[in-house]
Amino acid sequence: MHPVLKLLVQRIALGLILLLAASVLIFVGTQILPGDVAQSILGQGATPETLANLRAELGLNDPPLTRYLNWLFAALQGDLGTALTNGQDIASSMGKRLGNTLFLAVCAAVVAVPLAIILGLIAVRYQGRWPDRVISTITLATVSVPEFLLGYIAIFVLSVQFRVFPSLATVYDGMPFMDRLDAIALPVIVLVLVVLGHMMRMTRAAILNVMESAYVETAELKGLRKFTIIARHALPNAIAPVVNVVMLNLAYLVVGVVVVEVVFVYPGMGQYLVDHVSKRDVPVVQACGLVFAAVYIGLNLVADIISILSNPRLRHPK
Amino acid sequence: MRIPLPAAIGLFFTGLYFFMAIFAGWIAPYGMAEIVGDRWEPWSWAHPLGTDSIGRDLLSRMIWGGQTTIFVATMGTILSFSMGSILGFVAAVKGGWVDQFLSRMIDLMMSIPSLISALVVLSVMPVTLPVLIVVMGVLDATRVFRLSRAVAVDITVMDYVEAARLRGERQMWIIFREILPNALSPLIAEMGLRFIFMVLFISTLSFLGLGVQPPMADWGGIVKENREAIVYGIPAALVPAFAISSLAISVNLVADWVLNRTTSLKGGRG
Amino acid sequence: MSDVLLEVKGLKIEATAYPPGEAPHNITIVEDVSFTVDKGKVLGLIGESGAGKSTIGLSAMAYGRGGVRITGGTVMVNGRDVLQAGPAGLRSLRGREVTYVAQSAAAAFNPAKKLMEQVIEATLHHKLMSREEAEARAIALFARLGLPNPEKIGNRYPHQVSGGQLQRVMTAMALCPKPDLVVFDEPTTALDVTTQIEVLAAIKEAIVDTGVAALYITHDLAVVAQVADHIMVLRGGKMVEYGTTDHIINTPTQAYTQELVSVRSINHKEKIGGAPVLSVKGITARYRGTKFDVLKDVTVDLPEAQTLAIVGESGSGKSTLARVITGLLPPKSGEIIFNGRTLAPDFNARSRDDLREVQMIYQMADVAMNPRQTVGTIIGRPLEFYFGLRGDAKKQRIQELLDEIEMGEGFIDRYPAELSGGQKQRVCIARALAAKPKMIICDEVTSALDPLVADGILKLLLNLQKIENVAYLFITHDLATVRAIADSIAVMYQGRVVRYGSKTEVLSPPFDDYTDLLLSSVPEMQLGWLERTIATRKMDAAGN
Repeated sequence: MHPVLKLLVQRIALGLILLLAASVLIFVGTQILPGDVAQSILGQGATPETLANLRAELGLNDPPLTRYLNWLFAALQGDLGTALTNGQDIASSMGKRLGNTLFLAVCAAVVAVPLAIILGLIAVRYQGRWPDRVISTITLATVSVPEFLLGYIAIFVLSVQFRVFPSLATVYDGMPFMDRLDAIALPVIVLVLVVLGHMMRMTRAAILNVMESAYVETAELKGLRKFTIIARHALPNAIAPVVNVVMLNLAYLVVGVVVVEVVFVYPGMGQYLVDHVSKRDVPVVQACGLVFAAVYIGLNLVADIISILSNPRLRHPK
Repeated sequence: MRIPLPAAIGLFFTGLYFFMAIFAGWIAPYGMAEIVGDRWEPWSWAHPLGTDSIGRDLLSRMIWGGQTTIFVATMGTILSFSMGSILGFVAAVKGGWVDQFLSRMIDLMMSIPSLISALVVLSVMPVTLPVLIVVMGVLDATRVFRLSRAVAVDITVMDYVEAARLRGERQMWIIFREILPNALSPLIAEMGLRFIFMVLFISTLSFLGLGVQPPMADWGGIVKENREAIVYGIPAALVPAFAISSLAISVNLVADWVLNRTTSLKGGRG
Repeated sequence: MSDVLLEVKGLKIEATAYPPGEAPHNITIVEDVSFTVDKGKVLGLIGESGAGKSTIGLSAMAYGRGGVRITGGTVMVNGRDVLQAGPAGLRSLRGREVTYVAQSAAAAFNPAKKLMEQVIEATLHHKLMSREEAEARAIALFARLGLPNPEKIGNRYPHQVSGGQLQRVMTAMALCPKPDLVVFDEPTTALDVTTQIEVLAAIKEAIVDTGVAALYITHDLAVVAQVADHIMVLRGGKMVEYGTTDHIINTPTQAYTQELVSVRSINHKEKIGGAPVLSVKGITARYRGTKFDVLKDVTVDLPEAQTLAIVGESGSGKSTLARVITGLLPPKSGEIIFNGRTLAPDFNARSRDDLREVQMIYQMADVAMNPRQTVGTIIGRPLEFYFGLRGDAKKQRIQELLDEIEMGEGFIDRYPAELSGGQKQRVCIARALAAKPKMIICDEVTSALDPLVADGILKLLLNLQKIENVAYLFITHDLATVRAIADSIAVMYQGRVVRYGSKTEVLSPPFDDYTDLLLSSVPEMQLGWLERTIATRKMDAAGN
């Protein structure tokens, strides 16, 4: 079997195993405290009988392994359980919200990725000179600043003082597309800033690494034009590390989305998760945790796959 | 010893914040929960930063909040750092299945983003300071593990470590006299970065309502309490947010400087 | 029409140093260098590392690597001063009139592109030939340079081809556009000894065939004596001597040149016989998880206070033998007898005395010493650990050891980073001696040093052997070193000992095939040696 194929299969298998193990971890994480789910639902005044009934109904008396397997199999079939707080089916509540979150994330990614690459190229072209320094300082600032600060500054400046965008990102079904874009403009801007800092630093480093390779020098000593050197020699070798960087940083989006949704009261997965954590709604937390973990693992998996596919040593073995 | 300007600024502000955190009790004009005026009064001499959502002096809340934030972040860093580096070193020096096992476990923990893991766990645990410190510390220890293991492995393959082994030196001696001194520089710089991450992490958790609980204040919580006012143009929520960022940037500048300085030490590892 | 192709006058090259914590300042790398190269002639640039040879070579293309700036003098190529040429002029010069062969071919090729495409790239870019012509020329060059499968090799990627072959492909790449001048920057330094000689011969043939002029940069005088018509000796960025090859090799006038020429002329009368301090019997070993034996039934003896040289190229197993003897790699079978007693296969099971009596010195002194310990600590630790010396007694002994390695008291508080290459290795020697061992394993201890510095180390080692009565297991790939220092020799090839005996026995004919190949691969400092040797070789190199 071609070594690339073998590696790919191995990596994907590893990803699946990781996802499984993560599901165990999430399940275990919510079972740490013997502290009673039934108690927290019914409150202090519940009688022992009602507690016992609820426990039996929720299947809390089964051994942990059984409960885990039940949960897992149900999840694999698309049934993520019902919320404790309002009895609604989690999967359907999540469906719309997941769509909203993905829309937000994709919009942010579409803006952030080209911007990061372009800024990285500029920083390398003018390395050490003022464009590079300015970019570095700005990215240092965005990396050190918590997401909610960026959010509130954005609201303060663009929404309150200058009234360019709405401060609450309310979206609903059947909303016209342009209106939707207008509503999410601010959260997208904030998300872009959150991710841009990290991504840009790493694209700069990746491109610089390639530009300083010996074979770029060889090309220069052949008398090739600068542009030809970059396009023909640097770029093919830079694509893989840059894509890798992009994928890894998109994982930052997963975390940034949570905070941004809360700041802008955007009806997405992040808002959903945070709300139910404070309400201690375990099934919802488990389900959301699983989805987030799956996305994160998936993105890292894609990053690794691209690395494998773009390595000439693997594609053309000796 | 010439300190470059950015590092000096960083040192100054970091020192200022830590001083404020340690001596909060003596500096703060009012108590943490004292109500002294109307909601959201503008900046005045009596209340340099105005008042917050229920009329407490914002400056005092900021000082008390700084104490909490910095305390939690420091404790968390100490925990994550000691756990992470000890395990990392053990994995690097022992090798074999110990290393494999630890590395796989850490990989697994890192496959879920820290914030998500924290939220999952905090949904079932009581949200007290010790719990917060432990949760954040353990989650962040994974990154420290990765770094310290990598640093230690780089050093373990050096000939001078082999020479010490061949001499007959004990494992402990090799770790403390041969490996550790050469691992310090990157580790110390990393400590600064972990501290920043802790500050941001606890602030984010508090902002989401899952960190420090009222009436105790921490900077993230203060942002949360005052967030509605932003829409009316009242910048109260921006104040703690700025404090968080300026602390983070200052520590970043100091960490950069430390890394540069210790690289230049006679033969120190970069 | 002048025959002068390249004329350099008063060349000055500077760079900026950024010492941490201080203000950056200028340093001069090359000063007042002048030379000419006629059409079709080869000029050898020789010097130790740091002498500025590569920098001068690159200046022929008006190129400064890594922030290095050419600040003075003129460089005339075909009558034009290239230092005054603008970017367009330089692009026209590079890859067309002047081409470059780098030291490390593996790094100089783009890993994502096929070889043929890179070989003809410059030719096509400068519109010198059509694609079919260029490819035909490339294939012809491949054949001329002795590459296997010349028709097909262009279809491969760089990582699919061995180091020696890649170096030849790079030479083809440099010759393809029919340049006037080729700059060869240490083209054979990274190769095995036996491969080096074949690549060198291929390059020389190609130069003679195509009538191209060349700048040949190397630190090995014997190598450059085979290819160059003229030689320039450099030291610290300045010219030391400049003349015909015949003059430089046979009648050098400067003291430094004379030293370079007479290197490895240490005369050491071999000692024969004596009770062995180390007996290696039938050692077979393999690394865990691999499927083949790295050492196969190795048996050698090392008599007391003598030197056994283990000679071989990379992959011969010589370093593995050291690891087995020190106990880092327990063998599959066989035993090691030291001082009359059998040593435990694993070093963890050996007594402290056993460990003390076998010491090791490494090839790279930089990583053999803890950068955070002072010279005094490094040398003092064995004294504390083995003999319990402390305080004044320890200080005094450190002093004595420093005297033995010809370094003064002031070095006790210095750190390794402050020492030169030779000094670092001396400290490692002192550390080994501090344990009062019966045997020291020297693993390529001079391979990373400049020839003159290496000479000094070898002389020191020989002296110390007389004083301290210590035996050396000297591992090396360099036959010249072996001649200088060995009493007995074992030649290793692919894990086996192919030849073993006293120095005179081993180095006298009749030879087995491999020893013949090895001996004939060491360049002699005589003109015409290369041609003679290639003609009489019996065995092909492994093609590394």
